Amino acid sequence: MNMSRRQRLQLVRGGIYALTIAALALLIISVDWGALGGALFKWDVVKKQFPDILTSALRNTIIFTIFGFIGGLSLGLLLAIMRLSKSKPYRWFAATYIEILRGVPLLVTLLILGFGIPIATGWSWPNPYLQGAVPLALVAGAYIAETVRAGIEAVPRGQMEAARSLGMSYTRAMVTVIIPQAFRIIVPPLTNEFVLLIKDTSLISVLGVTERTLDLARFGRNGVNDSANATPLVVAGLVYLALTIPLTQLAAWMERRSKVGRR
Amino acid sequence: MSEPLVELRQLHKSFGDNHVLRGIDLSVAKGEVLCIIGPSGSGKSTLLRCVNLLEHPTGGQVFVAGVELTHRDCDIDKARRATGMVFQQFNLFSHLSVRDNVTISLRKVLKMKRAEANARADILLDRVGLGDKASAYPAQLSGGQQQRVAIARALAMEPSVMLFDEATSALDPELVGDVLGVMRELAEEGMTMLVVTHEMGFARNVADRVIFMDGGVIVEEGKPSQVINEPREERTKKFLANVLEN
Ligand SMILES: Nc1ncnc2c1ncn2[C@@H]1O[C@H](COP(=O)(O)OP(=O)(O)OP(=O)(O)O)[C@@H](O)[C@H]1O
Ligand SMILES: [Mg+2]
Repeated sequence: MNMSRRQRLQLVRGGIYALTIAALALLIISVDWGALGGALFKWDVVKKQFPDILTSALRNTIIFTIFGFIGGLSLGLLLAIMRLSKSKPYRWFAATYIEILRGVPLLVTLLILGFGIPIATGWSWPNPYLQGAVPLALVAGAYIAETVRAGIEAVPRGQMEAARSLGMSYTRAMVTVIIPQAFRIIVPPLTNEFVLLIKDTSLISVLGVTERTLDLARFGRNGVNDSANATPLVVAGLVYLALTIPLTQLAAWMERRSKVGRR
Repeated sequence: MSEPLVELRQLHKSFGDNHVLRGIDLSVAKGEVLCIIGPSGSGKSTLLRCVNLLEHPTGGQVFVAGVELTHRDCDIDKARRATGMVFQQFNLFSHLSVRDNVTISLRKVLKMKRAEANARADILLDRVGLGDKASAYPAQLSGGQQQRVAIARALAMEPSVMLFDEATSALDPELVGDVLGVMRELAEEGMTMLVVTHEMGFARNVADRVIFMDGGVIVEEGKPSQVINEPREERTKKFLANVLEN
């Protein structure tokens, strides 16, 4: 056979396409769509999720996320500044904290802080929201610290020098000149951190939540138990997407815009 | 003669093994304009940055307006108010408007009221010919305009000495003149200035004294007409031949 390299590649690619389409077609005809649809997206089950999924579950997810984010952002800022400090103990503390909390799975940290510490000390969380939100914030702080640090390091060195040359102290220059500019740089990655946090709140329910603090994921799971149907989880997934997709799109748009601006 | 406004005594600065300043003695009188010339890497910027302690000297003393900045009890943040610095890359605060760039130190360091600070900023911006740009942001200005804002910003703290580190080197040639014009006016008003520059015309016409640096030492100093037109040292001659050629 007399084929050029390019022709051979085209033939192979065509073959792969054909096989993929055949496999998909097989899947489509072999699946009982009616039954699957009934199990995953049954209208009367969908309807039963409302309005509680919004007024209670979504609300709780948002509460956990916002608390985790505000706590995480404050902690992250503090850790980032410590990480960049001239003082070795501060740097060492921040680096260790960040390494440990990023290195342990969130689930494990949640269980240790939410369950382990109360069992070990006899102390109990004063509020079921705090039991989930505090560990979430402590972990988010470790991730956000690295984002903030990258932002601070991305501010040109001359900005600090100009601020110092005007008589500002290091702290004053950080607060009025460096951090505001760092935040402009990190708004897109921070938005992505926020999205991760929305999803991470789904783990909080391992701590055994009360009726009042049910989040979206647990609400969906309870719904599955009640209705013997997977629809509630699918609906919960869709509500997550309604939160996350606009935010990731916003972050991507901001990132594109800042790239154009810098050119 | 009155006490010098800036005095450097046996100034040394090393970066690791790199001995950049090798014993600089220099006095600058009140109202004097000193131009510092020399080849790349000779330590001009380092010298200037030692005057406001952006670089910490590894040896020697720095006095500005009678205060020893190198003294270990010196409050550096306070002492720096006596100097204003203008950088090659402008270093304007990009998140602040032109007016806020000028007022930020007044408000945050001197705790001046916003209205009072704005009034001072508007006078300074007029003086550098940018009264109409007060609400613009740095990114909306040309390099020459940005550098003039940077000069106004440095002047806001009413320093007794201005330090210019190649203030026009990053500018398009047609914008250099505006900035040099502002610097010349400042000199004529009696500001004490230390100016690192490659602009021989400015040095010749505006400076009271020129020093030529090479290898971390002052090789030659004197009146601009002498150093630039009739250099005594071989190294100065060679440098000037190179600069004037381009
Ligand atoms: N922060 C620093 N860390 C390490 N070395 C430095 C630092 N700043 C300057 N140097 C070194 O000091 C020497 C003198 O640098 P300096 O910037 O003072 O020269 P210059 O005369 O201003 O040169 P140019 O005309 O290129 O600006 C150079 O060898 C440079 O590499
Ligand atoms: Mg230099």
